[in-house]
Amino acid sequence: MAKIEFRSVSKAFPVKDRDGGAFTALDGIDLDIAAGEFLVVVGPSGCGKSTLLDLLAGLTRPTSGEILLDGAPVTRPGPDRGIVFQQYALLPWRTALGNVEFGLEATGVPRRERAGRAREFLDLVGLAGFEDRHPHELSGGMRQRVAIARSLAYDPDVLLMDEPFAALDAQTRESLQDELRRIWQRTGKTVVFITHGIEEAVYLGERVAVLTSRPGRVKEVVPVRLGPRESGAHGEDVRSSPEFARYRHDIWTLLHDEVARARRLEKEEAAA
Amino acid sequence: MTATGTARTHPAARPQTAPTPAGAADSAAPPAPAAPGQAAPPAPAAPSAAVPAAGSGSPPPVPSRTRARPASLTARPSSPAARAARRLRAAALRSAAVLALLALWEAAPRAGLADPTFLPPVSEVAAAWWELAADGELGEHAGASLLRSFGGFGIAVAVAVPLGLLIGWYRPVAALLGPLLEVFRNTAALALLPVFVLLLGIGETSKVSIVVYACLWPVLLNTISAVGSVDPTLVKLARSMDLSTPRLFRKVVLPASVPAVFTGIRLAGAVSILVLVAAEMIGAKAGLGYLVNASQYNFAIPQMYAGIVTISAIGVAFNQLLVTAERRLSLWRVPAA
Ligand SMILES: Nc1ncnc2c1ncn2[C@@H]1O[C@H](COP(=O)(O)OP(=O)(O)OP(=O)(O)O)[C@@H](O)[C@H]1O
Ligand SMILES: [Mg+2]
Repeated sequence: MAKIEFRSVSKAFPVKDRDGGAFTALDGIDLDIAAGEFLVVVGPSGCGKSTLLDLLAGLTRPTSGEILLDGAPVTRPGPDRGIVFQQYALLPWRTALGNVEFGLEATGVPRRERAGRAREFLDLVGLAGFEDRHPHELSGGMRQRVAIARSLAYDPDVLLMDEPFAALDAQTRESLQDELRRIWQRTGKTVVFITHGIEEAVYLGERVAVLTSRPGRVKEVVPVRLGPRESGAHGEDVRSSPEFARYRHDIWTLLHDEVARARRLEKEEAAA
Repeated sequence: MTATGTARTHPAARPQTAPTPAGAADSAAPPAPAAPGQAAPPAPAAPSAAVPAAGSGSPPPVPSRTRARPASLTARPSSPAARAARRLRAAALRSAAVLALLALWEAAPRAGLADPTFLPPVSEVAAAWWELAADGELGEHAGASLLRSFGGFGIAVAVAVPLGLLIGWYRPVAALLGPLLEVFRNTAALALLPVFVLLLGIGETSKVSIVVYACLWPVLLNTISAVGSVDPTLVKLARSMDLSTPRLFRKVVLPASVPAVFTGIRLAGAVSILVLVAAEMIGAKAGLGYLVNASQYNFAIPQMYAGIVTISAIGVAFNQLLVTAERRLSLWRVPAA
């Protein structure tokens, strides 16, 4: 049985300027995600990726269809799913440690255990020694690592990540990608990862789901068979291998048509 | 006799305008963070200015803090002696303008630049202040005023903060009440004084009520907008962790709102003294406003200034107190964001 099942899930938002009108963000999504899988979702901007994640998180309800988590329909948020937001979403008045503890408080971990566990996970993401810094005293990459530590600390089965590395520079992004893959391999969590980056998708994902634009549908799910992504014995990088280039090209082609279509639709809408 | 009589009555308006340099600066400085002269000592009057001010010469607000600080703040090498010297210099700089004003106040009447009858030198005012303080009269008036303004201020804050949090949380309620609240806020409290007197009599109730009224709106409106501007991703985060609404309030909405709420509280602090003094000038048997008015009426000009100076001092001290409290509660704020 799949860990997560989308069964013809649709989501429409009411539109204000049109009476009773609705904007269909997602239309008939069917998708199975296995336990322990690393699934990456790519798609043109505005195609409903964040909406998909919100639905899975239980923050909004589908207009039709249903989402099953371990066979039970998702109706509300829960500590079995952890979200890493694109905008970090750190509490600015709390230290790095306090931010990680926030997740533990919310999920009812006893007070005595919190600090120790928070430290352990900050350590895991390489932030030992930065426990007492406030978010504004941390770099973007460090903030995102605090957010990741927070989601990992309360030990959800499923990790939902919405373009978590989009705002980072290339070096930081690559090192966090490696770190994330390590953590994933170590913990065996199911990861649903959204990104704009094709390279990132190929590097991270076991499968890459490409969404269409307006309304969002699953265009194709590409399985990525690359073997271990860590640099080889001679320091060669998978990213420069011919297989990697082929996957990147395939997904680029799938996306390219959609992006062009999204642009056209936007233009038409603006003209109307 | 008649000459002095007319001289006494004719420029009677002058004593009321003469003190404005001191009076206006004090009543205006607390709510206006940008007032250049006054903003320097209570640096965090503009929340964003808090840390830059600390970094540019004056010592950091809490020097004993052990927490790791940004490199720019820890890197400065400082021996105890150098630190003391710097602190002294900062103190001198901060008091320079005030001292200059006092010197001018002393010199101008003596040099004949101002009529000493209506603007006695500051030393005479100080003597009068000391006399008033010594015979307990000043304490009595100040006590009456403080009780009223702090009482009214306290009630207003205690009511407006929880109410504002609730109204701000329920957006439709905020939208519904918004225009009404604007009307109340923009109805000058003093214009309503006759109404308060009519309804509540001339005693303490009407005075405390007018302070409550005047303090309520800045706190309420600031709290409502503070809740409205809480980062929605933080709310989403809390929701995604399945936090109950009361805990969401306590752990996210309340701390996120502290800075904006405090702006309202500081405004209210200034307003509480402003409104009370005016109310005391109209109908009261005690209080600093009464003291100033009665002194002017009896032509006890140094005593009048003593009252005014006391009001200023209370205003400054109160604002300083609130600024300190605010700083304590928002140490985390992003410097110069
Ligand atoms: N609360 C809402 N009300 C109305 N429309 C919404 C709402 N949330 C999202 N939408 C619309 O749904 C569509 C999908 O939004 P979503 O945020 O899921 O896109 P996305 O794929 O995450 O985009 P991006 O890649 O830019 O983050 C957009 O066209 C957006 O305008
Ligand atoms: Mg998005």
